[in-house]
Amino acid sequence: MLNIGVINQGIVIDHIQAGGAMKIYHYLDLENKDVSVAIIKNARSNKMGKKDIIKIEATLEDLDLDILGALDHKLTINIIENGVIIEKRNPKLPEIVNNVLKCKNPRCITSVEQGLPHSFKLTDRANGVYRCVYCEQSFDRR
Amino acid sequence: MKHIISPTDLTVSELDELLELSEEIIANPKKFSDVCRGKKLATLFYEPSTRTRLSFEAAMLNLGGSVLGFSSADSSSAAKGESVADTIRVVSSYADICAIRHPKEGAPYVASLYSSIPVINAGDGGHNHPTQTFTDLLTIKNLKGRLNNLCVGFCGDLKFGRTVHSLINALVRYENISFILISPEELRVPEYIRKEVLEAGNIPFEETTNLEKAMPKLDILYMTRVQRERFFNEEDYIRLKDIYILDEKKMAAARSDMLVLHPLPRVNEIATEVDSDPRAVYFKQAQYGVYVRMALIMKLLEIV
Repeated sequence: MLNIGVINQGIVIDHIQAGGAMKIYHYLDLENKDVSVAIIKNARSNKMGKKDIIKIEATLEDLDLDILGALDHKLTINIIENGVIIEKRNPKLPEIVNNVLKCKNPRCITSVEQGLPHSFKLTDRANGVYRCVYCEQSFDRR
Repeated sequence: MKHIISPTDLTVSELDELLELSEEIIANPKKFSDVCRGKKLATLFYEPSTRTRLSFEAAMLNLGGSVLGFSSADSSSAAKGESVADTIRVVSSYADICAIRHPKEGAPYVASLYSSIPVINAGDGGHNHPTQTFTDLLTIKNLKGRLNNLCVGFCGDLKFGRTVHSLINALVRYENISFILISPEELRVPEYIRKEVLEAGNIPFEETTNLEKAMPKLDILYMTRVQRERFFNEEDYIRLKDIYILDEKKMAAARSDMLVLHPLPRVNEIATEVDSDPRAVYFKQAQYGVYVRMALIMKLLEIV
């Protein structure tokens, strides 16, 4: 079993769909934050087969976690204090997500009018499906 | 102020009102020949469309109103790089209502966000074309007398055909509707329609590749064209384009009161020999398109 040092204060984002960690790293803007980050890719998982994990040594105020549900609705967020998990959270699924997800449909108006905000609405809470408010194409997380 | 971007922007009762008004217009068009005097319709057509544009223009002229606009992006300020949002803000000060067709999906929705006049989506790429759906519904209601208790067959390109997706979405709101979806494997209805609309709503449907076998069960047959512009590969288009051709022989297996609809233009998926069959109503359907647009313009301008 791969082992990364225990963090004392921060969060562990677990059960990320395998291959999705770097996307979350970028969306949380971690490359521009002065925090310790460990990214574990393709870790073995009984539930998922393979999964990614991100460990972040930072306080919650430094991170915008609301967006995580839109990026991967199956992940879990563990809050760590003094080296132990004090809370497990399932991500929220915001009704509207503005300027985080990008519509990839080449036929969408956002592909030619660069000034338009990219806006997605939640259309299927059970499956975490978001659709572009303009062309209604579902957001493809792959 | 209301905009019509998707066919489901009207509730079932609003849609019923629209169709009732359309039927009043069919019964007595002269009564409505002057109700829009002094009003202007702007037709903002960023891609060519003879049928839809003329239908909108005829509708406004029939109501005694006037029409202005452009019929291709080349002849508009879009060629200079103007955004849809800016164009509609300017047009809002020239006209009372506008119909917009755009090759990019969602462009009419963008227009509605910035417009101070009602916006009607006249087709946005492969996405929505609500006035075609209203036309289809009026045709069925006026000629069948009902929009419930129907077995509706869709035949041809069910994958890319936006008229098919829109009409399915509109019909599932009525009682006791079932569908027979007739297409080659490659052009089946998209998964989101099957799962999010049909299965989620417990709507009975079957998928088949066999038009002949489906014919006797149908109240409505909605034929569609296999569209060349939707294929990346010419070989696939050529292989699939003639896969269903409705002819007299197939019509012989259908009920005597079945109706054949088609959004037009047709290529060869309906043999011309079928045109004289009283069940072939696609040209009447085009005429109903003008009536339903007249009713829609009146409703959106609140002239009723």
